[in-house]
Formats: sequence, C-alpha cells, structure tokens
Amino acid sequence: MTRDQRLRPSRLGPSDVLRVGAAGLRARPTRVILSALGIAIGIATMVAVIGISSSSREQLLRQLDRLGTNLLTVSPGRTLFGEQAELPAIALDMVKRIGPIHTASATGTADTGVRRTDRIPEAVTGGISVQAATTELLTTLEGRVAKGTWLNAATERQAAVVLGSEAATRLGITRVGVRVWMGGRWFTVIGILEPMPLAPEIERSALVGFPVAEKLLGFGGHPTTIYERSREEAVEAVRAVLPRTVNPENPNEVEVSRPSDALAARAAAASAFTNLLLGLGAVALLVGGVGVANTMVISVLERRREIGLRRSLGATRGQVRIQFLAESLLLSALGGLVGSVLGALATTAYALSRDWPPVVPSWAFGGASAATLVIGTIAGIYPAMRAARLSPTVALAAQ
Amino acid sequence: MNAPYVVALHAVTKVYAGQVHALRGVDLTVAGGELLAIVGPSGSGKSTMLHMIGTLDRPTSGTVRIDGYDIAELSDRELSALRGRTLGFVFQQFHLAPGVSALDNVAEGLLYTGIPRRERRERAAAALERVGLGHRLAHRPHQLSGGEQQRVAVARAVAGDPPLLLADEPTGNLDSGAGAEVLGVLRDLHASGTTIAIITHDVEIADWCPRQVRVRDGRIVADHGDGAGRPAEITKGTGSGPPAEITEEARPDGRTEITTKGGRA
Repeated sequence: MTRDQRLRPSRLGPSDVLRVGAAGLRARPTRVILSALGIAIGIATMVAVIGISSSSREQLLRQLDRLGTNLLTVSPGRTLFGEQAELPAIALDMVKRIGPIHTASATGTADTGVRRTDRIPEAVTGGISVQAATTELLTTLEGRVAKGTWLNAATERQAAVVLGSEAATRLGITRVGVRVWMGGRWFTVIGILEPMPLAPEIERSALVGFPVAEKLLGFGGHPTTIYERSREEAVEAVRAVLPRTVNPENPNEVEVSRPSDALAARAAAASAFTNLLLGLGAVALLVGGVGVANTMVISVLERRREIGLRRSLGATRGQVRIQFLAESLLLSALGGLVGSVLGALATTAYALSRDWPPVVPSWAFGGASAATLVIGTIAGIYPAMRAARLSPTVALAAQ
Repeated sequence: MNAPYVVALHAVTKVYAGQVHALRGVDLTVAGGELLAIVGPSGSGKSTMLHMIGTLDRPTSGTVRIDGYDIAELSDRELSALRGRTLGFVFQQFHLAPGVSALDNVAEGLLYTGIPRRERRERAAAALERVGLGHRLAHRPHQLSGGEQQRVAVARAVAGDPPLLLADEPTGNLDSGAGAEVLGVLRDLHASGTTIAIITHDVEIADWCPRQVRVRDGRIVADHGDGAGRPAEITKGTGSGPPAEITEEARPDGRTEITTKGGRA
C-alpha cells in the first residue's frame, strides 16, 4: 500500500539560506578572513585604480572648466617650400575685427636671451625665451600676476620685464625690483606671473612691451603667436575664418590650435594606463576567487558529517547545494565589501595628497558587487555540487 | 495512524560493491509505539538496516516501507521530505554544531520542515524541556556533559514529533551513568508514545528494550518480546561499559557464538 499523498520537501526561505551559509563561515573565522582577503585585495585594486583615474580626470575637467575652452592660438606654419612662415605685422588688428572675438593679443619672440648678470655667457639661455607682448595678453589668457604688476601703456615703452612663473623659478628670482640682463642691457623686473596651464610657453618667457622690444631688442614686429577668446559657441566658426583673416594671401601658412584640446587629450590618455592597471586588478581578483574555491572545497571535505546530518534531518540535495553556494557568495561578498571600502579609502587618500577632488564613480561599486557575485558563484559551484552529490551514508560514516 | 506499520521491510537484501552481502533477506515490521533494539555484533548488518529504515540508502532488492511509503517509488527529493517529516536520528557522535547553543542546535533539526524560525525555536525549547534540559537552553555543546549533549541530540530528533526515532548506538560514546541518563529519556519518550528503534551491539541495552531483534550475518536470527511493553529497569551498569560486551570473533563463518562477559545476557 502506498499513500496517495505526494511528499514534497519544504522550501528553505532566503533568510534561512543566509543564516545557514553564515553559520558555516562563523565557525571558521580565521580561514574566512584570509580567503576573503584575496577577494578584498582584488576589488580594492580595481576600485582604487578606477577611483584614482576618475579623480585625476575630474581634476583635469574642472581645470578645463575653470580655464575655458574658448581660447584659440594662431601661429605661423610653414611655407609651401618648407620654410618658417611669418604672420603679417597687422595680423592682430585683423583678428580683432572678427565679430565674436572679444579679446585678442599677441606675442612675438625676440631673438635674445635673459640672464641674471652680464657675466653669464650668451649661450646659456636657461630655456627662457624673450617675448614682446601686447598689454592685453594677461586679459586674453585670464592670467594673474603673482607679484608686482603687469605691463601697461607706460612700462611697455621702458626697460621693464614681467617674468613667467617658470622663468622666474629658473632665474631664481622671487621678488620684483631686481635687474636682469637682456639684449645687452639691464631690464628691471616689475612683475612675476602665476602659472598658466593653457599657455605653458608664457610660463617660460620673459615678457616686455612691443615698443621697447622693437627699440632695444631688435624685434621685427611680426607676432609669433596670437591669442584670442571668442564666444564659446562661435569657437568653431572663428577657427574656420582665422587663417584667411590673419594671412589672406597665404592662409595655408597659418596654424590655429586650441590649447584646451591638449588638456582634454591628457584626460583621455590616462584611460589607456587605467585599463592596464584594471587588468592587474582583475588578475588579483581571479586569484582571490581561486582562494575562495579552495577554501570551499576544503570546507566540504571537513564537513561531510554535517552534510550527512543535514540530509538525515531532511535536507534535499538542492538545499545542501544552496547552503554551500550561499556560503561561497557570502565569503566573496564580504571580501568585496572590505575591498570596496579599502579602494575608496585609498582613492581618497591619494587624491587628497595630490589636491584632487576624490571621485569614485558609482559604477565602480556596481562593477565590484557584480564581480564578487560572479566570482562567488563560480567558486562555489563545484564545491556545492560535491557536497550535494555526497551520499548520506558515506557522509555520516566520515571521520 | 494511516499505515498499519511504521516500518515494514520485506525480503530486503543489500549487496555492496565487491559482492559484500550486508543484508540477505530481512523481514521486519514495527508498529507505532514500539520500543525495540536491533542488536548484533559489528559486521552483522545492523548498520545497513539502520540505513534502510532511515531511508539513507536503497535496498538491492525487496521492499522498504516507512510510514506507508514504498521508498523505491520515491525520488531523492521525496525521500528527503520523508526523512524530515517521519524520522528522527540520534547518532553515536551526537553531531552537534560547536559554538551553537543547545536551543539553536535543536531548532536546526526543524530547519527542513518548513516551520517558521520563531516556531522552530519554541518547539526546540519544548523538546529540550522534554529531555530534562529546560535549564540549559543557552549552553554550548562544550559546556555540557556527554550525557547532556546526547540528550540535546535526542531533543533535536524528536522536536518535530516524528513517528519514528532511530538511535544508532546512542550510548556508545558515554559512560554508564550518562548512558543510563539517555536511556531514561528514551524510556520517557516511549512512554509518551514515540516509536523508537535503537541500533546497538550492546546486549544489555537490547535486553532493556521490551523487544529485541537480533541480527547476524545479514539475517534476523531472533525476534522476541512485545515492543509495546515497558522497558526494564535501568541498572547502574546499563550502557556500553565493560559489564556486557560482545566479543568480536563472530564472523565470517556464521556459526560463531556470542560470548558475553558479565551482564544478564
């Protein structure tokens, strides 16, 4: 006689699955910590790599925002015969007539160097160029004077010089009022500029007025760089007409560039390096996953009697399987959680030490959780299958 | 009771790999409310009988019915459900989870019955009360004596009120005093109606049970006593202590004698 009523095993609720999985971990804390550490290191590496590169990019983007992307520079290209071209002397006035441009200025390289004293040989230039600059230059570049003053209508006619930040450092000049030797005579330093990320060539220059450069330094009056700022939305249109405006005869001898593109390119270039480091993090994570799988296999071997007991208490194979899967997932999730926190801390510490805004994108945490779940599942499948396949009698007989 | 017998074995054989005949045709019926001992020396096949009755393994031939279900017709899942609902196991080595309170160890026994956690703990407390450990709910296994640990295991086995309690050498790891303590608990459970089968090699425990099934070489060689009767008095010597031990020269020719030293066997 067989009963009609079918036997159906009861389902294990999610909270029971979690409890049973956690109980297995609680019984062996040292081993749990060590094998979760593997996952934690992998996740921390990846989160920190993503975080640090995001922080660095955020820093560049904020800098771009601050500096603006509406600055264009015009410089002479090459002639058709490959010789260095020249911008016409009236180029700056032509540029200023373009409608959307609200400020424009020019520099011209004078063929001389700058030295602390007349005792230093001429060959030693220190990489500093002497440039004639129009008085509007500081406005156009939105630069600031760190010490002293900028050139004005009076000083641009005098033997006065304003040093870029880098030029001042190289010359060892920290205050105004000292004299430097330029083009065979003394010039007085009247100002030192703050750094200019959009125009690093200005940082390395000694700037004098156009009139004095023409009079004392043998400057020909042809600008070598024209800086202009226009309305943000008109930048591309301005860029298109600039060559013909600057040099209507030979527009092909004019080069126009956008300095903010260089910063944007730096932001993009950082990601290539990031990918390499992410790969390293992934390898660490993989090793961590192998560690978890190893721990789980040993755990199943050691706990055969517990498995036998649970089978005798009515656990189905599926319930034994899910118990060990849950354990593996919890182990890996623990590692992931610790790793995310460590990664975020490392990012914050590094970013603050570099004066960057600490940024860890939320997708990094999302990716970390997804990675730990996948690793936990893969690492747990084989041990869980082994546990479930164990016959109750063999399991109970285990010593 | 829906089925006439809690356990019904008919012509059960079990052959393990390598032509080891553990059971050679066993017929056994156990009605509800009995207390019986399945007794025999090691290698007699009594452990295999435990596996058959406990549905932990399937017979090579013959039929095994537990609580009316023919286990040959049940899938692994259904067998698990049957074990969870119908059977309670007590093992020689207690199998308690270390570092977990007595209450939670017992409650774990109801994990696979679908009872909500709170009710599991309530029932566990009631079961511990029944085995006389109501004052030890929060104790961990290492804080309990051997006899108390085995009583926790008994509580775990009976917390779900299974129709059949299977005890595999329940006093095998205990001294005689603790063994008597555990037998006392089993006697009380029997008195309140639980069907109990004790698998043992200890003839003294077997004699204590109102019904004895003697197993030798895979066959039942004797089956006497009325399982529904009352067990004997527990003497101080009852347990696995030295007074009554079966010597091991019983196998394999099948004609050996059981020699016992001391005891009442």
